[in-house]
Amino acid sequence: MGAPRLQTAIRFEDVTLGYGRRPAVHHLDGTIASGSLTAVVGPNGAGKSTLLKGIVGTLSPLQGSIAFSTGSSTRMAYLPQAADLDRSFPLSVYDLVAMGLWSRSGLFGGIGRRDRVRIEEALAAVGLTGFERRPIGTLSGGQMQRALFARLLLQDASVILLDEPFTAIDQKTTADLLDLVRRWHDEARTVVAVLHDIDVVKRVFPQTLLIARSPVAWGGTEEVLSAANLLKARRMVEAHDPHAQACRGAA
Amino acid sequence: MLDHLITPFAEFDFMQRALVGVVAIAVGGGPVGVFLMLRRMSLTGDAMAHAILPGAAVGYLVAGLSLPAMTLGGLVAGVIVAVLAGLVARLTELKEDASLAAFYLLSLALGVTIVSLRGSNVDLLHVLFGTVLALDDPALLLLAAIASVTLVALALLYRPLVLECVDPTFLRSVSRAGTPTHLIFLGLVVLNLVGGFHALGTLLAVGMMMLPAAAARFWSADITLMILVATLIGIASGAAGLLLSYHYELPAGPAIILTAGAIYLFSLAVGTKGGLVWLARPRRHLEA
Repeated sequence: MGAPRLQTAIRFEDVTLGYGRRPAVHHLDGTIASGSLTAVVGPNGAGKSTLLKGIVGTLSPLQGSIAFSTGSSTRMAYLPQAADLDRSFPLSVYDLVAMGLWSRSGLFGGIGRRDRVRIEEALAAVGLTGFERRPIGTLSGGQMQRALFARLLLQDASVILLDEPFTAIDQKTTADLLDLVRRWHDEARTVVAVLHDIDVVKRVFPQTLLIARSPVAWGGTEEVLSAANLLKARRMVEAHDPHAQACRGAA
Repeated sequence: MLDHLITPFAEFDFMQRALVGVVAIAVGGGPVGVFLMLRRMSLTGDAMAHAILPGAAVGYLVAGLSLPAMTLGGLVAGVIVAVLAGLVARLTELKEDASLAAFYLLSLALGVTIVSLRGSNVDLLHVLFGTVLALDDPALLLLAAIASVTLVALALLYRPLVLECVDPTFLRSVSRAGTPTHLIFLGLVVLNLVGGFHALGTLLAVGMMMLPAAAARFWSADITLMILVATLIGIASGAAGLLLSYHYELPAGPAIILTAGAIYLFSLAVGTKGGLVWLARPRRHLEA
């Protein structure tokens, strides 16, 4: 599956991720090429979000390992599904976006004039110029997503993970944000996005991982998203089994 | 009129000391209270105050009314409860409120048991309600030191602390500073409560933390300004409460908290950021 043509950015070796002892991603093997643009597709409960949590490191694998070509210092940017952001917190859009500079400013570092220019540029790139002083609580869903993409821009990461970034977002905003995703791809950043809209995947994402707990197919989008594979994926998400035995199978 | 406001402080040493004490408490407690409120941990302060009480009581039983012993006892009890509760919340499924409730109740029960074994004492009221009118030099130094440490620590922790409140997932994805920040912050809460109980007692110390913060929420939507307003409200309540207590022979600690409470009620009623008056009589909507 997914024979790497280029240098590998992320390597999965027999990765099982889950909660408690229950696997949500089961025995995943494979690689994501450096600079590739990969969509992760699958039914609800297929372990897509869990996979991203595993890559970003907030969830440790129950078994197996996830390795990065550039070591553990790989700069990653992660946009979680419906970011659990406290919108009532008195924070301005500018400050929210400025958080993206964390990797260079860290805990204590200052934000200089050049950084401020970069923040302005990021806001302009997502079409939020003029929103700097607005409290984050006043943003609409689409505007918030734009702000979060501006923050991703500033993070300047080599690996960018997006979890359902366009859910409940209108077409215009989706199109604008997809332009940013293409731009990241052109800049040779590795992008992995969990998506539900098959049309968007086919249009924009060259690589696809179709997953239903276990990987169903992985490779070029056209072959992966065949009708047969999609049907197979839909059948594979089994029901919760309270009497499940300890897993002995390898991938 | 002005005479009534200034003379008590000008003429009496104990009033000057009390004023310095409450200013120090307001300067440290104001910002901590604002962060507690924004992190939806307003009741945490209350729980922590209960957790500290047994430690202070044990210190008292061991060494009598000694400032170092009671401070140390309170600190140890508070930090143990805060750290255990924080760790349990982060490592297990139990949420922070439940784990904190479990540990502070344990601490409280343990403390009450110890006290009753050794026989209680009227002086213990001192721990409960404080002695703001009898602050000696070491106590004042302690209060000033706590306020200074709090301000420096908050200045250093400001960024991760704000991030932890707004977007904890993001902070976890870029840094491991989240958990230590949270624990240090809880440590600051304990420190300020321990400082506060010398002046106001454990139970009222929380008042100087939460009431100014809650009042400030009605005057500003900006966190920096909110902290400033909370601190000023704390200082004003302290000074006004002391004057009330002087002129009307009220107990000083409760008078200070009642003043802060009155300012809170006033802010709730007419505060420019969502006060009740503006809810009752909404102004006409803007064009854009």
